[in-house]
Amino acid sequence: MPDLVVLPGTREQLIAVVRLLAAHDVPFVPRGAGTGLSGGALADAGSVLIVLTRLNRVLRVDAEDRLAVVEPGVVNAKLSAAARPHGLHYAPDPSSQSACTIGGNVAENAGGPHCLKYGVTANHVLALELLLADGTLVEVGSPGGEAWGPDLVGVFVGSEGNFGIATKITVRLTPLPRAVRTMLADFNGLRIAGEGVSAIIAAGIVPAALEMMDQSCIAAVEDSVYAAGYPRDAAAILLVELDGRNEAGVIAETEAVAELLRKSGARSVRIAASEAERERLWQGRKKAFGAMGRLSRDLVVQDAVVPRSALPHVLETICAIAKNYQLVVSNVFHAGDGNLHPNISFDATDPELKQRVEAASAEIMSTCIAAGGTITGEHGVGIDKLRYMPLIFDPESLGAMQAVRRVFDPKERVNPGKVVPVHACREWTSMRNAKFGMRNHNGGFNSTFHIPHSALEVEA
Amino acid sequence: MTILDKVTALLGEGAVLEAGQDRVPRIAPGSPDAVALLLGTAHQEGWRVRIEGAGTWLQSDAPADLALTTRRLDRIPAVEPSDLTATAEAGIGLDQLRQQLADRGAWLSVDPPGLAGRTLGSIVATATAGPLRHGFGPIKDHLLGVTFVTGDGRMVQSGGRVMKNVAGYDLTRLQSGGFGAFGVIVLVHLRLRTLPRADITYLLEGAREDLTQVGEDIAAAGLTPAALELVSPALARRERWVLGVRLAGSPALVAADEAGLRAASGGGRFTPLRAEEAHAFWMRLAEGFAVRPVTFRIGGVPSASDELLDLLQHQLGDEWISASPAAGALRWTGDASIDRLQRLRRTLAGLEVPLTLERAPWPLRGAVGHFGAYREGVGPLVAGLRRTFDPGGAIVVATEGT
Repeated sequence: MPDLVVLPGTREQLIAVVRLLAAHDVPFVPRGAGTGLSGGALADAGSVLIVLTRLNRVLRVDAEDRLAVVEPGVVNAKLSAAARPHGLHYAPDPSSQSACTIGGNVAENAGGPHCLKYGVTANHVLALELLLADGTLVEVGSPGGEAWGPDLVGVFVGSEGNFGIATKITVRLTPLPRAVRTMLADFNGLRIAGEGVSAIIAAGIVPAALEMMDQSCIAAVEDSVYAAGYPRDAAAILLVELDGRNEAGVIAETEAVAELLRKSGARSVRIAASEAERERLWQGRKKAFGAMGRLSRDLVVQDAVVPRSALPHVLETICAIAKNYQLVVSNVFHAGDGNLHPNISFDATDPELKQRVEAASAEIMSTCIAAGGTITGEHGVGIDKLRYMPLIFDPESLGAMQAVRRVFDPKERVNPGKVVPVHACREWTSMRNAKFGMRNHNGGFNSTFHIPHSALEVEA
Repeated sequence: MTILDKVTALLGEGAVLEAGQDRVPRIAPGSPDAVALLLGTAHQEGWRVRIEGAGTWLQSDAPADLALTTRRLDRIPAVEPSDLTATAEAGIGLDQLRQQLADRGAWLSVDPPGLAGRTLGSIVATATAGPLRHGFGPIKDHLLGVTFVTGDGRMVQSGGRVMKNVAGYDLTRLQSGGFGAFGVIVLVHLRLRTLPRADITYLLEGAREDLTQVGEDIAAAGLTPAALELVSPALARRERWVLGVRLAGSPALVAADEAGLRAASGGGRFTPLRAEEAHAFWMRLAEGFAVRPVTFRIGGVPSASDELLDLLQHQLGDEWISASPAAGALRWTGDASIDRLQRLRRTLAGLEVPLTLERAPWPLRGAVGHFGAYREGVGPLVAGLRRTFDPGGAIVVATEGT
């Protein structure tokens, strides 16, 4: 628990608080709505939690240039609501969009179902006003999106609060699609559904969203108040949405996708006939995590990404892992970009069960990494994934990240202990010798890239 | 022992190429590890190194003890058409990469300025997007990860090979547009698209203001062109300004957009180009920016595009200009003095519009810098990052100018 929680009501108060903490060398943790899933906004004793939810003003919506300027505590869905009268919306739509804040989205580089076509948060942030740990204000980016030098906006987005607080955020707004078609396809197997995904992508069609749910997840949704009419006997369903500004184009692509899914082995393909039906289909998907709360008292929401072509194999392996550890694993995920969310339902009061969940989680991560994937696609590293970072980055690369962090925050006071496992970093000092090169020289200039080192290889 | 003797001993004779006109030894390491070895040694020895790709874009004239060219890093370790990803070394020419991707049905949807053999590393390091930025975004949107070597010889990985990735800080974005100030890119993981099954270009000639209006009509009609580029007469080698519209994607979408384009332009004034004509038009546009001494880009909000075009014409003359008005991006090439460029950068800064100097002879870019007119607090961060990734200042790059 933090020693103190502060909820500044204005930008000026926030600046004053951060400068006061700097003067007293006190670590602090910025926090939005606290909907993150990797523990990124958790604060320990000795630190101050700065909650940004009261900085919730949409400062400007510029319809002509399709941008908005907001404070960090603005709720994602409320920004889109503010843009809607202008025929615009804010495209990144994490499942928690009714609660999560834009500041949190920036810190985590949040995604969402519609990021397949529209991109993640990093693709939509144009400029930022930053408050660094020492209280310095910095302006990066420009309203047109061109950087004043290096792309410091891109470096800041996704830094999980380690580089400071975004006090003012300029985002790109996207025209609302004039035509939308949502379809539900159901399959007898996860592998067949995965083949349907590949067929769509191979055809050069980029749906707005391409989501998959397995049978366990379907059952959880259909048993809940969010029941969407998904077929309970299906091994997997695909929710595919096509949208655009050109009605004829969307209709043509919808027909093409439906045909591709049928050819791939879909049992049925149903196109939502009304806006109400479309909303119902989406409600089931967006509230799936909530529905899983019915399965048991606790839920581990995992987040990993694999190459799309590896999806069938990885999903089957996850099923085998679940069986091996006798656990209930439900999959609901962004199939279009290979972003998996295997969710493990369990009872954390059972220590033995908890141990099995941890072992299974680690095995799932290892499976994804072995398939050429990564440990998080949109939830962030936080504290949850710290232990996996040395599996995908060598000590030199982790050391580089730590060094960049020190450029923004030399004393590492902002959100300490997150993202980079310090113990696994190769120390990054200004002195460098030729040893690195000579070691490679002896190796014959092999252009094969380093297999990630383990933490055990860290130099003293 | 001369520097050349030491480098030959280090990397072998095969890595030593013929020196350029300024007689600076030109070294072509054959692997990323060799790049690390060379830069680590340069850091130790206090050598100053300029970075080159194929030598077709940025002038090879920065004062240095040796030139490191990435041209032998020209392998493509992986192309995964089903995942729409590829991994390529930084020295591969874009023309070769395009061809190999096309053979597998994949497409890197970028069309940067420069000659066809310009290297991938150069395009990423300078973040030079072309007309396709309208439909597919800037260069950084096509990157999944990079591996780079710092000025003191460390090899650093960033990102990965998958479509979404938030593991660790995004150092890929630091490298994209960093102009080599933070290290030498040796390997790039790319996001691809399926090779468009339909790809057609339409041209419309006319007065600039009329074409601007047509561009706005196209946007208002909800069309989604891959490129919507306004080109000055000199650059297009036409009598009047030209609006180039490229539609690329699935046949269904392109057919729908073609119908929409005819409606938006008041009954088909656009001229469709045959495939070879379209290729020649876009190539001429790209190559045009590599022949004049100075090229820069500016990025403003879309509503300012007209005003920015006026400003460029007023301050530098109606030279070779290309603009994506809807993206607010403009590129200018021609001849300009240090004073004029510095004055223009100051004027633009007042309008919240950054000017990035893309290429120029060393005396000019050394004085003006690729970057400049930083906003509040940015200078110390850039300097800190530069010290972090090139602590000895081994890499010669004109960041902010003098």
